[in-house]
Amino acid sequence: MQASVRPALSVNLPPIATSALARETPEALAMRMTISKLDFFYGPKQTLFDVSMGIAVNKVTSLIGPSGCGKSTLLRTLNRMYETIRGARLRGEILLDGQSILAQDVTALRRRVGMVFQRPNPFPKSIFDNVAYGLKINGSKLPISDAVEKSLRHAALWDEVKDHLHKSAYELSGGQQQRLCIARALAVEPEVLLLDEPCSALDPISTAKIEELLVQLKDICTITIVTHNMQQAARVSDFTAFLLTGQLIEFSPTPQLFTTPGDPRTEAYITGRFG
Amino acid sequence: MATTTTIVPSAGPVAGSRSFLSRLREGDEIARMITFLFAASVVLVTVLLVFELWQGSVLARHKFGFNFFHTSVWDPIFEQFGALPFIYGTLVTAAVALLIAVPLGIGAAIFLAELAPARVSDTLEFFIDLLAAVPSVIYGVLGVFIVVPLMRQYVQPALKHSLGFLPLFQGPAYGVGFLTAGIVLAIMVIPYIISVSREVLLSVPRDQREAALSLGATRWESTWKVVVPFARAGIFGSIFLALARALGETMAVTMVIGNTPTISASLLSPGYSIAAVIANEFTEATGELHTQSLIELGLVLFLLTFLLNGFARLLIVTTSRRGSGMGNV
Repeated sequence: MQASVRPALSVNLPPIATSALARETPEALAMRMTISKLDFFYGPKQTLFDVSMGIAVNKVTSLIGPSGCGKSTLLRTLNRMYETIRGARLRGEILLDGQSILAQDVTALRRRVGMVFQRPNPFPKSIFDNVAYGLKINGSKLPISDAVEKSLRHAALWDEVKDHLHKSAYELSGGQQQRLCIARALAVEPEVLLLDEPCSALDPISTAKIEELLVQLKDICTITIVTHNMQQAARVSDFTAFLLTGQLIEFSPTPQLFTTPGDPRTEAYITGRFG
Repeated sequence: MATTTTIVPSAGPVAGSRSFLSRLREGDEIARMITFLFAASVVLVTVLLVFELWQGSVLARHKFGFNFFHTSVWDPIFEQFGALPFIYGTLVTAAVALLIAVPLGIGAAIFLAELAPARVSDTLEFFIDLLAAVPSVIYGVLGVFIVVPLMRQYVQPALKHSLGFLPLFQGPAYGVGFLTAGIVLAIMVIPYIISVSREVLLSVPRDQREAALSLGATRWESTWKVVVPFARAGIFGSIFLALARALGETMAVTMVIGNTPTISASLLSPGYSIAAVIANEFTEATGELHTQSLIELGLVLFLLTFLLNGFARLLIVTTSRRGSGMGNV
């Protein structure tokens, strides 16, 4: 896929994030996205305070924290989905491959940074048309049916739906619908895939399938996932960021964060003392 | 719009395990019976209505039979009655009204629901609801004093000048006629279309919009290709409401249609509609056959509305099997 062959750009990271990562990983990790000194406001209310972190290329980065800590907000800044909410604004800088996302065309940005939502939200169309939607609006030159098959295979859904691509997406189970939404997002070949608690409405078996899928998808894109489920973060992600009341408390490689947390608040959260 | 199938709540497994008397005491059974009665009254009124119209038109039905539907003479003196010009006028004016009102109404609803700031949308909605509540005779007066002179002096001559080669726009410019009645009807039904469509569009889940946006759709692409199709069944509902109103509208149409039972391809020609002729002649009908023919016209209007609504519902069922997210009709 396009994303994997694109040369990784090395990007200057703010000191905190670089030191945390560089200490743990000897080879300097290439960053797909870099967030620096990000403040976020809903109207007069500030919900993110001075967040700086990087999203490493072809890794899974998870954002954890109690409800209302700002993890979904942070995710929604990465494809500027926050702009759909009136009165929302941010201060700071977010780079994608070294370029500010705020300066670029928002539709072009969202093609490069795809998103999967909390509840499966397929369009009321056929399975095929759901996956083809992004290709059609973007005027893809590829033969659409090949691209649809490829995306459904990537989302590990092809074998289940190949014989009834023209059935309504609403006839699928919840877990299948969510994988369809992943296929829909993958169809436009994004470099980054954002997932906002993608399993919170699913049963354990469907959840396991999606977790397995995410680990495989690393090869073709960079993944950022918000989850309220710490075990899930531990299972799927390479890096974990812990947020609390709008502040980034700790950002480290996942094994380190869960075994030897550097901050007492992180420790309190992962041992279940609050949240 | 989600049509609710009236399901009489059946005694479920829980209810069944208790005795009728205990259910009665706890109120479940009473609530069930009372609400069932209310729901049944709708059917009852409809059946009574058809029965009365059927009974009241017995003479006319026997005398004219099917000729009633396809003859054009309406002559109270020689007691010859044919409904065709009225059916024609009703259908043509309703069609003109919808042709104008549907694009305008849906366009306005899209603006209010998707593009306008919330405050503007809510303020305008207040005025739209106000418009929907204006009595039809007021629209009739507006038609007589404003639309008719405008049509006679400017619109109709201009239409004849530019599109006069079409049979649709030929003949003298009287001001009154099918086109004028259609325009006044359009003004009357637009508030219904806007109001209902706006509500339906606003109720489309937020995540549908976001799904489209997250794929790189522009705001307009997400509105037009995702939100509007999702709301399609509901938007159709608003159009039915408008159609029903346009078919049955009496006062405003009577004042601007010209009240002449003619069938003409030209929209500039005066005409007549079913509701208008009933309103105009019912109190003055002398002969029994005349009265009964008017009642039969009422029956025809009922059937017409019934058929068109049924046809429109069929249209939704066949087009929204996959495609619409709401209202499985």
